[in-house]
Amino acid sequence: MTPKAVNDKGIKNNDVAADARPKARVRKSGLVLVILFIVLIVVFLWSFTVGRFAVPLPELMTVFFRKMLGLPATWSDTTETVLFNIRIPRIIVALIIGAALSASGAAYQGLFRNPMVSPDILGASAGAGFGAAMAILMSAGAITIQLAAFACGIIAVMLTYLVSRLIGKSNNSVLILVLTGMVVSSLFSAFISLAKYTADPNNKLPEIAYWLMGGLTSITAKNVMLMLVPFVIGIVPILLLRYKLNALAFGEEEAQALGVDTKKIRFIYIICATLLTASSVAAGGMIGWVGLVIPHLARMLVGPNLKYMLPASILLGGAYLLLIDDISRTFFTVEIPLSILTAIVGAPFFIYLLVKGRNSWT
Amino acid sequence: MILEIKDASFGYAKRTVLRNISFKVASGEFFCLLGPNGVGKTTLFKSILGFIDVKGGEITLDGENIRKWSKPRLAKAIGYVPQAHTPPFPYTVLDVILMGRMAHLGLFSSPSRDDIKIAEESLETLSISFLKNMIYTEISGGERQMVLIARAITQKPQLLILDEPTSNLDYGNQVRVLLEIKKLSDEGIGVVMTSHFPNHAFLCSSKVALLNKNGFEVGTTDELITEANMRDTYGINVKIAKLADDRGVNIRSCVPLAN
Repeated sequence: MTPKAVNDKGIKNNDVAADARPKARVRKSGLVLVILFIVLIVVFLWSFTVGRFAVPLPELMTVFFRKMLGLPATWSDTTETVLFNIRIPRIIVALIIGAALSASGAAYQGLFRNPMVSPDILGASAGAGFGAAMAILMSAGAITIQLAAFACGIIAVMLTYLVSRLIGKSNNSVLILVLTGMVVSSLFSAFISLAKYTADPNNKLPEIAYWLMGGLTSITAKNVMLMLVPFVIGIVPILLLRYKLNALAFGEEEAQALGVDTKKIRFIYIICATLLTASSVAAGGMIGWVGLVIPHLARMLVGPNLKYMLPASILLGGAYLLLIDDISRTFFTVEIPLSILTAIVGAPFFIYLLVKGRNSWT
Repeated sequence: MILEIKDASFGYAKRTVLRNISFKVASGEFFCLLGPNGVGKTTLFKSILGFIDVKGGEITLDGENIRKWSKPRLAKAIGYVPQAHTPPFPYTVLDVILMGRMAHLGLFSSPSRDDIKIAEESLETLSISFLKNMIYTEISGGERQMVLIARAITQKPQLLILDEPTSNLDYGNQVRVLLEIKKLSDEGIGVVMTSHFPNHAFLCSSKVALLNKNGFEVGTTDELITEANMRDTYGINVKIAKLADDRGVNIRSCVPLAN
């Protein structure tokens, strides 16, 4: 015991409450966004130079500029095929999926006032997984699988929304929405298991299993076009309305008293986040962790204000999944499914974030 | 600006909590609502703020029914100070106060330099500029309450509604927060506040409403905060003491009795 802490003789002791003040903090969120953008560009360019049929940067630049200027090719047909049919579509899809899952994760965490929420909370992933499993059972082609997954993802969230509206009327609607989402998710997970159970164990079952584990091996230019539309439709309103979403962190009523039409905002965000999540799962399978971890990382870097946090999530998410996909296709002779890698990288990283952010977020 | 509740009933889908309530609050008035737990004070507030629909009668601002007003329009007229609680994300104090500008911003915009200036003025008005860059979730309860008041005045409303703004505060902070609210009311904002302490009404109210099982009554502090009324409302015996402060101004205090 230090003598200073003893105060039984009526001594006025000013040292007891010392250092109790929290520190002031000023952050340069705009600068961080610029740095994240540069990081994304670097990862993007680096992705061309790794893996089988790697294209070195000078050659990449040559191809790029000669294509733009309409000059004749100086490179081999193999390079052309690899670059435009495989490498570029795959890189773009990885970027989009990472960005989409992170954006919808960030949006949902704000919407449901809970940092533990991920994009599959309302059943989009399970629904999409079921759609894909059914399409595979019926021996559909890649495009049909993607469309079926997307449609079922949307249907699952619609189901969640309608059922919660029926139950909740107006009271406690957020809690009921989340609980209904859990119910719908597990229902569709059961349907997926059913589809697996009835699948032919020699060909269909492994195909479903691999699809669900997530991967971008078979991505072609067609898949890119198919997911680009819902991505743009989903991401634009999420970005435009993002400042208003901040108010919801203080709860429904306070947000209304601040002048925010919470019902409208919530409806728009659910639609957009569902478009993003369902189209991501439809293109790349069930890739977990990204939508949960990346918003946390973004919040640590730029603070919780969605004006900066949402763009930061998008940039980080894109770079992160692209990097994970690069690892998936280069580190081992066989491609590792993405969901396995995101979990192996994501779980310890999340623990690290929790330990580091226990008291604050710097 | 005059807020008028005309013969209104309040409640939820299947349950009416309050019936036939009428009162008026004008700019510059300090209206304190006293009543025991569960009598419907919060329901009344939620209805005025448009969180729940009025079941009968009407609520008007300067004679216009507010039922169909958009959220931003209502927010520009009425500011709300809830009881301080901790949000799940570590916003800075400035971030929190700037949210008071939301009603004034376009759907797609975020605060400008002018908005930041208004927020900084609110911080200065309440003498809490030193909190500006601190993290809202890390400051004390009293400071959080002051920040929420700053957020509400950043909204530039003509009427402030405060739901027990002094609960969870220590004795000194209770009085400091009340005096700041009183100052705002003296500057011309209408104030409607609930409190659990009759002394809070003595300290700053120009008008008091007493809500208990006998009904709803509006009057001055002298008329309504009586020993008999307190016994009826809270079921306890109190003594209303009349004293003079050091300058000889009459003050009163409500003291609970042990027997």
